[in-house]
Amino acid sequence: MTLAAKRAATAYAFLAVPLVFFICVRFAPMLYMMAMSLTDWGLLRKTLHFVGLANYAAVLADPVFLQALANTAKYAVFGAPAVIVVSLCVALLLDRVPRGKGLFRLVYVLPYITPVVAVSWVWRWMFQSPPLGVINAMLVAVGLPAAAFLNSPTQALPSILAVNVWVELGYCTTIFLAGIQTIPADIVEAARIDGASGRQVLGKIILPLLLPVTLFLTVIEGIQFLRIFTQVYNMSMQAMGGPLNSTKSAALYIYQKAFTNFEMGLAASASLVLFAIILVVTIAQMRLFDRKLDY
Amino acid sequence: MLFPFFWMLMSSLKDATQIYQMRLLPSRPTLDNYRYIFTSRNSQFPQWFLNSTIVAICTTASVLFFDSLIGYTLAKFRFPGKKIIFLLIISTLMIPTEMLVIPWYAMARAFKWVNTYWGIMFPGMISAFGVFLMRQFMATVPDDLIDAARVDGQGELRIFLTIVLPLVTPALATLAIFNFVGNWNAFLWPLIAVSKPHMFTLPVGLANFSGEAGSDWQLIMTGAAVSMLPLIIVFLVFQKQIVRGIAMTGLKG
Repeated sequence: MTLAAKRAATAYAFLAVPLVFFICVRFAPMLYMMAMSLTDWGLLRKTLHFVGLANYAAVLADPVFLQALANTAKYAVFGAPAVIVVSLCVALLLDRVPRGKGLFRLVYVLPYITPVVAVSWVWRWMFQSPPLGVINAMLVAVGLPAAAFLNSPTQALPSILAVNVWVELGYCTTIFLAGIQTIPADIVEAARIDGASGRQVLGKIILPLLLPVTLFLTVIEGIQFLRIFTQVYNMSMQAMGGPLNSTKSAALYIYQKAFTNFEMGLAASASLVLFAIILVVTIAQMRLFDRKLDY
Repeated sequence: MLFPFFWMLMSSLKDATQIYQMRLLPSRPTLDNYRYIFTSRNSQFPQWFLNSTIVAICTTASVLFFDSLIGYTLAKFRFPGKKIIFLLIISTLMIPTEMLVIPWYAMARAFKWVNTYWGIMFPGMISAFGVFLMRQFMATVPDDLIDAARVDGQGELRIFLTIVLPLVTPALATLAIFNFVGNWNAFLWPLIAVSKPHMFTLPVGLANFSGEAGSDWQLIMTGAAVSMLPLIIVFLVFQKQIVRGIAMTGLKG
């Protein structure tokens, strides 16, 4: 055996277990899922029948699924931009703080690294109606009417969305701060010497240079919000995505179809619909960004 | 930003009557809730704590070994199909967990992995994200060092373990922290993979406990505080690595 062949053999030996893993635990399940979405698969059922696209038709005709999709869209369309804007502002402000960066860091990264389940319950406690909820107590104290928050079909989704913005803030702020630090100081310096105002430096230099980071975060956060599950599960009554399905996300719908109703075929097709949406949105965002980054 | 944590902590120090008084600080702080969570015979939190620790440590150890091995192989070996293998692994990052949990569950049932540690752990034993990270770092290991060891007649696996791995410890630390945190916090799959309460991980246990605790908010808040404790310690100790890790993955992705 030549030396090169020997090396290649070593490489294949090193990769053997990982390849088996990725095939068995990632690719095969995905294909299995696609196949099963075309059957009447159910955990309680003994036989399996091919049903064509009937599951897709059933799922897309289910008003609850359509509402879950609409809710998911709301989470993504309002949530992702909100995180980006807020974290960008926080990062720009923090960049100017001369001292105590470590402490601030603790403040904004903590929500991101703590368990979402714990965080969800803490907020659920704070969102309680008077006299229990601390947020309502504050509202009343300053003379505002108490709000229903998680108990109201119109306020529950924005409440959960706000919590997730608070959670994701740490991640985005950290990345923005790192992005700001990669901007060469002499560019900013040169602009200042040429008489650019603080606002001009921000608008003409810093923000355009942060564009790639912003676009990256938009994609990541878009996906995060499209997949929202744990928050909704823990912040709605009986983990049902209520009140009146008003907070139910697509991921929660899939979970309930599969593991409460055991309608695996339906859940499979619903999850492929979600996957397709995530894929299309991601690709569309990347396309858009490629064009913007060209100049 | 920090108020929710503060409120959680204060609520956990109140008893069942104080919890309904809207006071910032508990008038008579008590550790009874913590005593209940840790020592009561009705509380399964110690068991859940143990389960989460086992799961997070085992998966992290496996991810560290395999991801660095894959990263090393992809960065330092020449062989046919290398690029395709890398792309295959990275493309799995696109597949959302939500889609995979159903076939994973079918698999776990078929192999009788439901309600076992292995059942909770198997989908996360290797992380495609970590492969990406480690491959970047392995590229910085000097080839001369590896070749010198080969000339000395050392075995390939030995070279990897004794020469290459010590050179990439910062990357390993970053990957370890991220993976530990990710596994400690994981919810969707552990929720599905386990149905027996004594096998719950901490987040699943907390969700279940809180759902049943009704109006015992002081206990729910204590449970939440306990489930955060290890992460807050990890964060305080490894602050720099965590922030660097987030920044690195963000800017290179």
